[in-house]
Amino acid sequence: MPESAQTTARQLLQGNEAVVHGALAAGCRFFAGYPITPASEIAEHLSVLLPAVDGTFIQMEDEIASIGAVIGASLAGVKAMTATSGPGFSLMQENLGFACVAEVPCVIVNVMRGGPSTGLPTSPAQGDVQMARWGTHGDHPVVVLAVSSVLDSFSITVKAFNIAEKYRVPVILLSDEVVAHTREAVQLPPQNEIKVVDRIRPSMPPDWYKPYEGDNRGVPPMAAFGDGYRHHVTGLIHDEHGYPTQNRKEIESFHERMARKISRGFPDIQMTRGFHTRDAEVLVIAYGSVARSALRAVEDARSKGLKAGLLQLITLFPFPRSTVTPLLKQCRAVLVPEMNMGQISREVQRVNQCDCRIVKHNRVDGQFITPMEITRDLLKL
Amino acid sequence: MVIPAQTLRHSFLRHNKKFPHVWCPGCGNGIVMAALLRAIYRLDVSKDDIVLASGIGCSGRMPTYLDFNTLHTTHGRALTFATGVKLARPSLNVVAIMGDGDATAIGGNHFIHAARRNLNLTAIIINNSIYGMTGGQYSPTTPFGARSTTSVYGHIEHDFSIAELAVTAGASFVARATVYHAELMDRLIEQAMRKRGFAVVEVISNCHVQYGRRNKLGGAVEMIRRFKEQAVTVSRAKRMSAEELEGKITIGVLKDRELPISTEEYKKVRQRARASRGGKV
Ligand SMILES: Cc1ncc(C[n+]2csc(CCOP(=O)(O)OP(=O)(O)O)c2C)c(N)n1
Ligand code: SF4
Ligand SMILES: [Mg+2]
Repeated sequence: MPESAQTTARQLLQGNEAVVHGALAAGCRFFAGYPITPASEIAEHLSVLLPAVDGTFIQMEDEIASIGAVIGASLAGVKAMTATSGPGFSLMQENLGFACVAEVPCVIVNVMRGGPSTGLPTSPAQGDVQMARWGTHGDHPVVVLAVSSVLDSFSITVKAFNIAEKYRVPVILLSDEVVAHTREAVQLPPQNEIKVVDRIRPSMPPDWYKPYEGDNRGVPPMAAFGDGYRHHVTGLIHDEHGYPTQNRKEIESFHERMARKISRGFPDIQMTRGFHTRDAEVLVIAYGSVARSALRAVEDARSKGLKAGLLQLITLFPFPRSTVTPLLKQCRAVLVPEMNMGQISREVQRVNQCDCRIVKHNRVDGQFITPMEITRDLLKL
Repeated sequence: MVIPAQTLRHSFLRHNKKFPHVWCPGCGNGIVMAALLRAIYRLDVSKDDIVLASGIGCSGRMPTYLDFNTLHTTHGRALTFATGVKLARPSLNVVAIMGDGDATAIGGNHFIHAARRNLNLTAIIINNSIYGMTGGQYSPTTPFGARSTTSVYGHIEHDFSIAELAVTAGASFVARATVYHAELMDRLIEQAMRKRGFAVVEVISNCHVQYGRRNKLGGAVEMIRRFKEQAVTVSRAKRMSAEELEGKITIGVLKDRELPISTEEYKKVRQRARASRGGKV
């Protein structure tokens, strides 16, 4: 049985377990999911821990139902999440779009495995990156975070909930088979050192409440069902009252606010970590478990006299352009290793305004990218 | 007790929602809405404590007009959202409104599992035997031989009974009415909402625009009159043979049983979890 979240002693945890502790520390009290490797441990541990903190766990009939229940719980005022892998994430897409449009905070963990379809159960992969960005239909901003270690799986899960609550968005947390199943010794921070953000609730009298009128950040205060602020929630494009609209101006202002609330939050949402970037002449851009190999490779290359650096992306979307672009200016070449055919390298290419040479390193054979492979490529740059 | 329509309008319709509604004149959806409101009026629960969830379809538009906590979800998924709401806040009175296609085609899996799971929820299914909103394609309750825009040569599949499906899947309470039997309907909805456990009310309704017209069943009045003629009460149906019941609609309470409710059971799970190692949080 897993240890509780508040244990601050050094402990050996799996990535999936750390997600569980992060979620609990962030105040998550509802989980609905459907079993799938390599994500099932998240459900299993939460089924043990949630009821002990007056939370709720439920195993639904499929992933569509799981995210539906998560959205329902969040609308009733409870922080909620689900966890799955590629096939289940595919099924969730329609309701994920609902959470975007209806601005329902929630966290969706996708522990990536090889795809497409049933794919490679359960070899590591990063094939769902662009799907996380564009998988649900329609045009809308989305927040996608990636974890690279067990400790990240804790702290970035907390951050995922905080972003979800602060901006009223679903946040997609990408883990991968390597991070999820690797055990590392970690020391979790005590609860009182963890910053937890809760959604802003309306303070005005119910008669004044417009459920979809943004505050100065573009984020509407969120009443829970049962709080006395009766309102309408729909997947149809709606006006400030939440009622369906066909009015051109109202439709436009809806989309504008959806985009604005995220773009105003860029400095807060876009998280990266730089290693040896200050004097770097060549750079690796990596995320997820591959960032671990990349760090080792960069250090190896440095020991061989190459001024190499690593930019680890924690936020994949909104793509952290303001951090990436200056580094592209600074470096003569950038290597982007990924366990896919090049899903983030195309984003790097997109923000490359200065003819920096961008080199891909891709693996889709179900094998992890090793530090040696990356060092070898780095030395050729 | 007759509740004046004006009382219902003033008590339950949203004053800041622009009418008119989207439904065709004579549509059965309005009759179901009024019955639901009469039931809620008699239940005398605060509007703040009622959540009305729906899926997508003509029926799915109902919550938009009503002054409760309302949730217009995705096609077929109303019960999944309702499940999350109810589990997160069990004190809320949660009702899901669905169409026949919504509840039993795309949402069929959720429907049977919601019944099996037996949360304390109410499900109202407006069964008009057709996909009304998308223009009259066949649904799981379109009868054999019927015409629809996707079965112009006659439908070759068989319909199933939504209420019987609910009974088999394990619902605590299952009832059926037609839109002709408006007063029976509101009593059944009231009973369903009072029932502790998953409660289903199937309402046989008219979509004269998309279904009646193509099957030469006349307009709203003719269709509703036919429901009156086809209806037999549960007690009468018990004395009839299968042949005699052919083409009839059994109305009334089909099932009413006491089963453990999962929200109640989950309270025990919480106690057990606290008492065990998982409780050391
Ligand atoms: C995933 C998805 N598929 C298809 C549709 C299109 N669609 C909207 S309503 C509907 C059928 C509605 O029929 P029913 O549930 O019987 O409701 P009614 O309109 O008859 O009340 C369909 C297929 C949709 N909105 N979403
Ligand atoms: S199409 Fe049919 S179900 Fe839809 S509003 Fe018109 S009559 Fe009612
Ligand atoms: Mg229908």
